[in-house]
Amino acid sequence: MVNTTVAKPIVEVRGLVNRFGKQTVHDNLDLDIMPREVLGVVGGSGTGKSVLLRSIVGLRRPNAGSVKVFGQDLQTLSEEQRSLQERRFGVLFQSGALFSSLTVAENIALPLVEHIGLSRRDADHLARMKVLLTGLPAEAADKYPSMLSGGMVKRAALARALALDPDILFLDEPTAGLDPIGAAAFDQLIRTLCDALGLSVFLVTHDLDTLYAICDRVAVLSQKRVLIADTLERVAQTDDTWVQDYFHGPRGRAAAYQHLAAEE
Amino acid sequence: MPDTSPFIRLPDAQCDSLCLAGDWTLANYAELRSLIADLPGDAVKQARIDLSDIAHIDTAGAQLICDMLGVDRLQQVLSGDTGLNRERQTLLARIATTCPPGPDPEQAAANPLVEMLERIGVSMGQHWAHVIELLGFIGLTLSGLFSSLFRPRSWRPTAIAVQIEQTGLNAVPIVALLTFMVGAVIAFLGATVLQTFGASIYTVDLVAFSFLREFGVLLTAILMAGRTASAFTAQIGSMKSNEEIDAIRALGLNPLELLVLPRVIALLITLPALTFIAMLSGLLGGAMVCAFSLDISPVMFLNLLHDDVGVQHFLLGMAKAPVFAFLVAIIGCLEGFKVSGSAESVGEHTTSSVVQCIFVVILVDALAALFYMEMGW
Repeated sequence: MVNTTVAKPIVEVRGLVNRFGKQTVHDNLDLDIMPREVLGVVGGSGTGKSVLLRSIVGLRRPNAGSVKVFGQDLQTLSEEQRSLQERRFGVLFQSGALFSSLTVAENIALPLVEHIGLSRRDADHLARMKVLLTGLPAEAADKYPSMLSGGMVKRAALARALALDPDILFLDEPTAGLDPIGAAAFDQLIRTLCDALGLSVFLVTHDLDTLYAICDRVAVLSQKRVLIADTLERVAQTDDTWVQDYFHGPRGRAAAYQHLAAEE
Repeated sequence: MPDTSPFIRLPDAQCDSLCLAGDWTLANYAELRSLIADLPGDAVKQARIDLSDIAHIDTAGAQLICDMLGVDRLQQVLSGDTGLNRERQTLLARIATTCPPGPDPEQAAANPLVEMLERIGVSMGQHWAHVIELLGFIGLTLSGLFSSLFRPRSWRPTAIAVQIEQTGLNAVPIVALLTFMVGAVIAFLGATVLQTFGASIYTVDLVAFSFLREFGVLLTAILMAGRTASAFTAQIGSMKSNEEIDAIRALGLNPLELLVLPRVIALLITLPALTFIAMLSGLLGGAMVCAFSLDISPVMFLNLLHDDVGVQHFLLGMAKAPVFAFLVAIIGCLEGFKVSGSAESVGEHTTSSVVQCIFVVILVDALAALFYMEMGW
């Protein structure tokens, strides 16, 4: 499905170093994200998956190394150019990070009004479509985030991330805290949207089912760098204790078995 | 003119279908929308629709097409041969199934008079409910205070000490500075007014009476309302929105005992202490002005203070301090517990807690002044 040999990566991370005080989280980390692929990022707790995400979208200035997005280094761009590039990102934060004083529709309409300059009415109309697109019921659009369930918050946050029709979607544990049925539906939703909109997806996850269901490639963060980034089959065969435990532990086996069964 | 637009070509002699072309993306949204609004109504119904010239399309463009054609027509078009690649076909099909009905008509504005009356009614109701709530919370706190009084194990000296440091010790400089300046201002005022009657010596009495009976405690309480009540509300409020209060309950602990009592006790100790500092510092400010502009030396100031001003005025002022302390702490905490979910709510309740505290403090002070006067104290 994805031709990784010809296409130029849209995100290039080279020699990334991130430190918090004396603790080094990333040391000389390299990673590429290809156009139109779903890249799953896995790793144990504290291996810096979220930090990597924050470094790529420019929320954190790395201690060393470069992050090039669409061929440009965000840190060297002027404020205006940077804002233009950032509009091509959609970010779904771990806890949703919806603005609690705005309704769901207003949350989604905000970037449309601010960046594109749409009228409130048009923005609201588009926002309602995004609400339905992410599988929320129409009446959720007028609710405040505190009135939504966990799964609905994730969907609403996805709708906001999709508001500007981004080229890359960054998802930080999108299925964490969802019931298995909801999580599976969310996986499918991401895959469909990705295919329909031609998105690249950077997906931080712990959910093995998600990896098997929708990821084109999987990057394993371990020992402060990307241990391997390749198709799931090849990653699963890597000779590393953590990878072996991860993919061939009881949960990994169950997910793989299910995946095989589903394919047959 | 729709005919010449790069986005929509109406059927003509060369081409019998309605052709869509160009970038149907978010960037062109406003333009596309007005083009669609200008289309003749029957154009989309009859003609064949040709989507194959579209260069780029995103969800916004797809939605516009959906709005233009209507869901049924779009699905009909998609079921035939569209010349689109699979991805665009999927996108349009997906949008067709989720397209909401057109923009909602703007709602007619209600009668402003009715709206105003409604708001008055609602806020009166809220005020009443609020008074009941406050009285209930005061009762709850008092009963909690008394029940923990006889259980030394439930005392929380560390929490109380921390609160005393934050609400008391750290507030000393601001309280002292502020009352010093107000003391000086009152002395100036007295000097100016009393000089006309040749009674500028009574400036000492003016400063002493006002600070011992009223200003010392009132200024301190108002400062505490701004500084401490708001902090209490914000602390407890963000704990509430973070579900920490629920966690305390779920652990079988009592939020009142854990959060409210240490704050109330700490303020009961610090506000009288700060009041004392405020009185001293106000008198000092007055004494300074007297020394520099009225030639009343500090020694004379002290002598006059000693002879003219009875200790009862000091006691009358100090007696109000614990009452104010209790009210400020209670209102600050109660507003914190009323925070719900959002960040906006934290701000709203913090504001409300400061306003209420200042209002209640001044109200109680006025009532106390009346009472003292009637009693002839």
